[in-house]
Amino acid sequence: MNPLFTVRDLEKRYGTRIGCTDVSFDLWPGEVMGIVGESGSGKSTLLSCLAGHMPPDRGEVHFDGRDVLAMSEPERRFLARTEWAFVHQNPRDGLRMAVSAGGNVGERLMAVGARHYGDIRETATDWLGRVEIAADRIDDRPSAFSGGMQQRLQIARNLVTGPRLVFMDEPTGGLDVSVQARLLDLLRGLVRRLGLSAIIVTHDLAVVRLLADRLMVMKGGRVVETGLTDQVLDDPQHPYTQLLVSSVLQV
Amino acid sequence: MNVIELTGVSKTFTLHNQGAAVIPVMRDVSLSVAPGECVGLLGASGAGKSTLMRMLWGNYLAASGRIIIAGTDVAHAEPREILALRRDRMAYVSQFLRVVPRVPTLDVVAEPLLVTGTPDETAKAAAATLLTRLRIPERLWSLSPTTFSGGEQQRVNIARGFIRQVPVMLLDEPTASLDAANRETVLTLIEEAKARGTAIVGIFHDEAARDRVCDRMIDMARFAA
Repeated sequence: MNPLFTVRDLEKRYGTRIGCTDVSFDLWPGEVMGIVGESGSGKSTLLSCLAGHMPPDRGEVHFDGRDVLAMSEPERRFLARTEWAFVHQNPRDGLRMAVSAGGNVGERLMAVGARHYGDIRETATDWLGRVEIAADRIDDRPSAFSGGMQQRLQIARNLVTGPRLVFMDEPTGGLDVSVQARLLDLLRGLVRRLGLSAIIVTHDLAVVRLLADRLMVMKGGRVVETGLTDQVLDDPQHPYTQLLVSSVLQV
Repeated sequence: MNVIELTGVSKTFTLHNQGAAVIPVMRDVSLSVAPGECVGLLGASGAGKSTLMRMLWGNYLAASGRIIIAGTDVAHAEPREILALRRDRMAYVSQFLRVVPRVPTLDVVAEPLLVTGTPDETAKAAAATLLTRLRIPERLWSLSPTTFSGGEQQRVNIARGFIRQVPVMLLDEPTASLDAANRETVLTLIEEAKARGTAIVGIFHDEAARDRVCDRMIDMARFAA
């Protein structure tokens, strides 16, 4: 077996300021990696570079043996809507708010060549069910949905085309705690059942404990610690990780 | 052929944010456990019993040495190798139940089987059998265990730990806070696992339980740093 996603010496600078630097890792099929760190640690910059939203200044990114940074823009866009998916923190960034829920999911299928209306609607209904949205809401627009439902719809829209790698940027951020738990449970089930690889950026350590197999801790644009999730959280080695873990309020 | 083999293992904690205090916990730990054998860890509170258990499980990092469990050196393995070991060859019954909120008890118990690809029906049937043996009333199976009493949560944890037949088990006070009938059930589960060849490392404050299931005791004082 080979790694699905390989990153070497990735760097992004904003002028002279470091966005992220010296980032290298291998992500294996079925593996979920969490990237944690406080605001300004470079985790979102890194995710943008990994997902191809922003070109890095240096480094290599390979997906399934293909050099992602050497791809033409159409090639990269095709990859981004077939084998990759991106779940935004704000569902409004990942959904088309003026299109019905069913349309949001169906559009992705059409983008990869589905043409039969009945099949598309059936698959869309199936996916709405999987993310716990009632079938009778299929013709409603996302603007009529609660924040939690919008986020679940965004997940359905992203996963319907059967991607192999999913990028998630604070997927539970901005949601009520009770809604977060439901979404986490849902995401965990989907990721495990579909055997997806995923990279999740969050500042919420409880989220990565439940979702991630392993962690990368970032500070000042650099990776300061990596390891098995429960090892990094239960026995952190780096001063910054120790501070991060000990700063979480116990409930 | 031992299924657990520790050589030259040591552990220190460095508290960087508290004046970089270095706390040595244990040194030169050597320990072998054969299939079907149960080894109990002895020692006062703070002697490092739980720390050693966590090093075996892989959520505490050894400062030195080798921790070979069913073919994997936990002290040096990649995260995915440790996860594969936990999925296929090792179970841990800790004192605390940590679950995703709102997942029903039956699914919590069945999960270790589901992730190894056991069909849903088979896994849930196995979970139901264990929950019944451990006297968790069926009306609670569809509820999340987060609101259960301490003793009920512990039995859910035990059911989850014993649902797979694995070569290595770690048991942290499995009979604490259980009534006589459930304690008896847990001891029987341990005896059954041993008879199948499972190697067990455990912490048992319950002396009668210890005498009944442990083949050997290791005093942590031997490894004091």
